[in-house]
Amino acid sequence: MIEFHSVTKRFPDGTLAVEDFSLVLPSRKTTVFVGTSGSGKTTLLRMINRMVDPTSGSIDIDGADIGTLAPVKLRRGIGYVMQNSGLLPHRRVIDNVATVPMLQGTPKKKAREDALQLLDTVGLDRSLANRYPSQLSGGQQQRVGVARGLAVNPNILLMDEPFGAVDPIVRAELQQELLRLQRELGKTVVFVTHDIDEAFLLGDQVVILRTGGLIAQVGSPAEILANPADDFVAAFVGADRGKRVLHLESHSDGDVLVDADGRLAGVLAGGTSPSAAAGAQTATEETAAPEVKAGPFAESGAPAQGGDPR
Amino acid sequence: MTWIWSNLDFIWDRTLDHVVLSVPPIILSFLLAVPLGWLAYRFRVSRGIILSGVGLLYAVPSLPLFIVLPFIVGTTVRSPLNLIIALTLYGVALMVRVVADGLASVDRNVRQSATAVGFSEWTQFWRVEFPLAGPVLLAGLRVVAVSTVSLATVGAVIGAQSLGSLFTDGFQRGIQAEIIAGIIATVGLALALDGALVLLGRLLMPWTRSAPSTAARAPMRSDKEAVA
Ligand SMILES: Nc1ncnc2c1ncn2[C@@H]1O[C@H](COP(=O)(O)OP(=O)(O)O)[C@@H](O)[C@H]1O
Ligand SMILES: [Mg+2]
Repeated sequence: MIEFHSVTKRFPDGTLAVEDFSLVLPSRKTTVFVGTSGSGKTTLLRMINRMVDPTSGSIDIDGADIGTLAPVKLRRGIGYVMQNSGLLPHRRVIDNVATVPMLQGTPKKKAREDALQLLDTVGLDRSLANRYPSQLSGGQQQRVGVARGLAVNPNILLMDEPFGAVDPIVRAELQQELLRLQRELGKTVVFVTHDIDEAFLLGDQVVILRTGGLIAQVGSPAEILANPADDFVAAFVGADRGKRVLHLESHSDGDVLVDADGRLAGVLAGGTSPSAAAGAQTATEETAAPEVKAGPFAESGAPAQGGDPR
Repeated sequence: MTWIWSNLDFIWDRTLDHVVLSVPPIILSFLLAVPLGWLAYRFRVSRGIILSGVGLLYAVPSLPLFIVLPFIVGTTVRSPLNLIIALTLYGVALMVRVVADGLASVDRNVRQSATAVGFSEWTQFWRVEFPLAGPVLLAGLRVVAVSTVSLATVGAVIGAQSLGSLFTDGFQRGIQAEIIAGIIATVGLALALDGALVLLGRLLMPWTRSAPSTAARAPMRSDKEAVA
């Protein structure tokens, strides 16, 4: 569990990035910070691993004030994935994944074996292990980034717009992959994005931010969609324009969902909506034990195709 | 030309003298420039002081330096050590800025992600920033190597034996072939050292020749092969 207690961050140049921010991020759930550029998402995320220290207020992880912990040690226990992978360009894929365990004293041979397994976990072929990051596609680089984030088997995984720079098809794939991983591993994920669709797809708890790290609304995707706190939230989630008001249209080829503008939005799959699927997943995680290496996982409960077709 | 054939031993000895004079300054200037360049890169205060310091150093003309230096460090004017120190100073003057620029050239994303996954500052410097600055450092070191080899010839004017001795001797005795031999040997030595550095770079930085890195880093590449 991660707790923000009245956290404020003012940068030396006077920018007030986050103001009086308080929130509880439950364990084994995905919390998504969503907001426009400059709303303080990255700053909030980086305060969790002390890359940024708050000006005032405190952050607790499982009850311990992280302000009292050594930053380097803290970071080695927390996974971090960022937008442009941030992989070390001079290290091969396998060494990128094995780096942090080796910094912590894991013998090289073991660290490399574990790294190969992690490539399996994130759906990368082992034949890529000896390539340099520049020899991979953007999507593959992000997968390696995720594998590296998981390498120390952290309880917490911080992800800063990890799929922001890949094309939409690959992004959708990576999102599904993350949902699968999260079902298998049950990490406490803190995910940052500016894409509300991504937030609703991945988040158990979604935090909509205004400039200055101010919370506009916190809740499950369903709660936020059903009851936007104010016009700002309504506009942000697209509820005001009726964008998310979908209706069923019958065609000769079958039923399709259509949005208020008459654009095709998707199909109805067994009455499951993305938020309902997320909720169901949440319930099972309460009891699920964390497993690093899960066996073959039946792809079930995939969210319905739907939402904004953009 | 007959002069050259009958004096091959002499040319070879002066070449060795030249190597002894120029290789240590190249190595030493690199070793000294790394911490100084890091200081210039890391802190704003030290940056101003160090960079203007090395700028001034490079502006000192070589001949007066060769003559003044012995009074400061207590060697004799003709001692190879005197020359080695002077050449090291010039090498440092060139190299410090290169190190500072090289470290600054390391991708901010990469640096931040190294911090994020838990590199300590020391480990991060040696395992991330220093190697990634490598290509810039190598380019700088090649300039230092060539300029040191050519500067070392000036030592002959104050009597230190080197390939420069072929110029001074050739002029005094009017032997044109000796002067030409000196030029060819100097250029040859510079090229040899330069080539050695390039090879060393390839050996130590295999990732730099692994891929057309600019094209591959484009984020919007198709990912079909990732769907394995
Ligand atoms: N190191 C910094 N120094 C000064 N201002 C900063 C720094 N980092 C971020 N900011 C400012 O803080 C605000 C929030 O930034 P950030 O957390 O990066 O937002 P987001 O990730 O939501 O785009 C922005 O106005 C940004 O310019
Ligand atoms: Mg950001």
